[in-house]
Amino acid sequence: MLKINAMRWRHFYLDRLVQVFVYLAVLTICAVFLWILIDLLRGGFAHLSWNFLIESPRDAGRAGGIGSILVSTILILLVALGAALPLAWTTAALLAEYVSTTSKFGIVVRYSLQVLAGVPSIVFGLFGNAFFSIYLGLGFSILSGGLTLACMVLPILVSTAEAGLRAVPDSYRLSAAALGMTRAATLIHLLLPIAAPTLAAGLLLGIGRAVAETAALLFTSGYVDRMPGSLLDSGRALALHIFDLSMNVPGGDAPAYASALVLVAMLLCINIFAMKLVQNWQRRRTILE
Amino acid sequence: MIWSKRYILFPLKLTDSLLQGILRVGAVISALAMLLISLFLIVESWPILGQISPVRFFTDASWHPLEGAYHLMPMLAGTLYASAGALLLAIPLGIASALFIVYYASPRLAKWYKRLVELLAGIPSVVFGFWGLTTLVPLINQLHPPGASLLAAILILTLMILPTITLTAYSALMAVPVEFLLNATALGLSRWGMIHGVAFPAARTGIIAGIILAMARAIGETMAVLMVAGNVVQYPDGLFDPIRTLASNIVLEMGYAMGDHRAMLFVSGLLLMLMLMMLSGMAGWLGRNRCA
Repeated sequence: MLKINAMRWRHFYLDRLVQVFVYLAVLTICAVFLWILIDLLRGGFAHLSWNFLIESPRDAGRAGGIGSILVSTILILLVALGAALPLAWTTAALLAEYVSTTSKFGIVVRYSLQVLAGVPSIVFGLFGNAFFSIYLGLGFSILSGGLTLACMVLPILVSTAEAGLRAVPDSYRLSAAALGMTRAATLIHLLLPIAAPTLAAGLLLGIGRAVAETAALLFTSGYVDRMPGSLLDSGRALALHIFDLSMNVPGGDAPAYASALVLVAMLLCINIFAMKLVQNWQRRRTILE
Repeated sequence: MIWSKRYILFPLKLTDSLLQGILRVGAVISALAMLLISLFLIVESWPILGQISPVRFFTDASWHPLEGAYHLMPMLAGTLYASAGALLLAIPLGIASALFIVYYASPRLAKWYKRLVELLAGIPSVVFGFWGLTTLVPLINQLHPPGASLLAAILILTLMILPTITLTAYSALMAVPVEFLLNATALGLSRWGMIHGVAFPAARTGIIAGIILAMARAIGETMAVLMVAGNVVQYPDGLFDPIRTLASNIVLEMGYAMGDHRAMLFVSGLLLMLMLMMLSGMAGWLGRNRCA
């Protein structure tokens, strides 16, 4: 009896100990997250202004703003999405609707995308430098940076879109078939519109990943901080600007803080928006079922 | 409302097969991207791989690529130390956060905390690196100069891989059938008893797969580590020694590397990719065999 009691007490204390550890861990993580955000706000908020957002950087970024850098970032993003989206969504539609999960073709495509998702960003940078910049002769340009990023975001876009299409209830497909709709019509008029919010959420995640990228762009889109004249010009992305200011420019801390703040704010908005989209979609889907 | 459009049914058989053809082409191109990347890495690193034996990467005296000395080990060691340290910190913290979301917090608090972790996952590596450089490195410097060190790299990497571990452990724990937990409670198990005895064994493969993914992320991370680790090619003697990782070495030297040196950087890229491919293959295999 005494032994059982002792055991019960030990379990009780162990239970409490674990609970304390869990709460401590959570508090630490929250505190660090707030610490980072407050640090960024304190360091960057004073430097932030409308002019900072639209002016071009001067004196290696110590003065001026990030206008041309934002333009380059957006151009790189557009190139990346323009190349990756059609490929990703056709691949996802094929994988989700046309080939069975056990077919050879499906397995090969899925496996290669899975491997692609595991490739580190610096390796994408090496590949982009060797293939787009040198082999295809695009040089250090927005085009080669964007295409490198396209390879990088492809797996995310495919997997989110595939998951979205698969989440559409089978009753839709059956109803469409019963109405005599062809598979193409079912896909275009029924499944894609229903899955649109998840496609959009995946798109936002891809954008987030592309905007945050630095290593893959270092040796593909280059360092030049002038306003890009065409897609073949070199353009510096925002994340790269932060890296350059903090590592290579003495006295560049204030604009680096402000740029980091802009980047983080952008990404937080994108991520929150994506979460909301998925949440609403799930709610609507449960009503529809 | 869809009936208002004409030709909704695409009556031609042709459109159907045409669309399928287009989709197939897209999928083939997507699949080829991986092949192209591997091909170019191998082609670019061939000048070195075809010339000297890979054993020299481990037996050469030092890393002086301009003089033909290609000793990769210190950087490999740096990468492994930093990732192992980060995993050591991030695994308990990450799993504790997942437990908090699933078993400890009220639904409302759990939702908010999960969102916070997801947002943490969305912070770009360069911002982590910048924060580490301006906040963490000076703090460590006060403790023990020079500040830019293995410790700083470990702490920053911990922050970066923590969301991966938390979110994968969360979905693994959520997938544990609720009857298991009900039975455990009915048997009078304490909360920790239930977690330790029932939830962990049931969710083990999922949690391990997440840890492997996090490890892959830590090994492949470049910019954040580059900014805080000090980048001296050496075996670190302690937590406060600067290190250089394989990935940041590529960034540091790619700008001026020519000929064999450049090929050598591609070799280290290839090495990184092989390591990560193995890890993500392992994670994928675990994920597929979860039900077994």
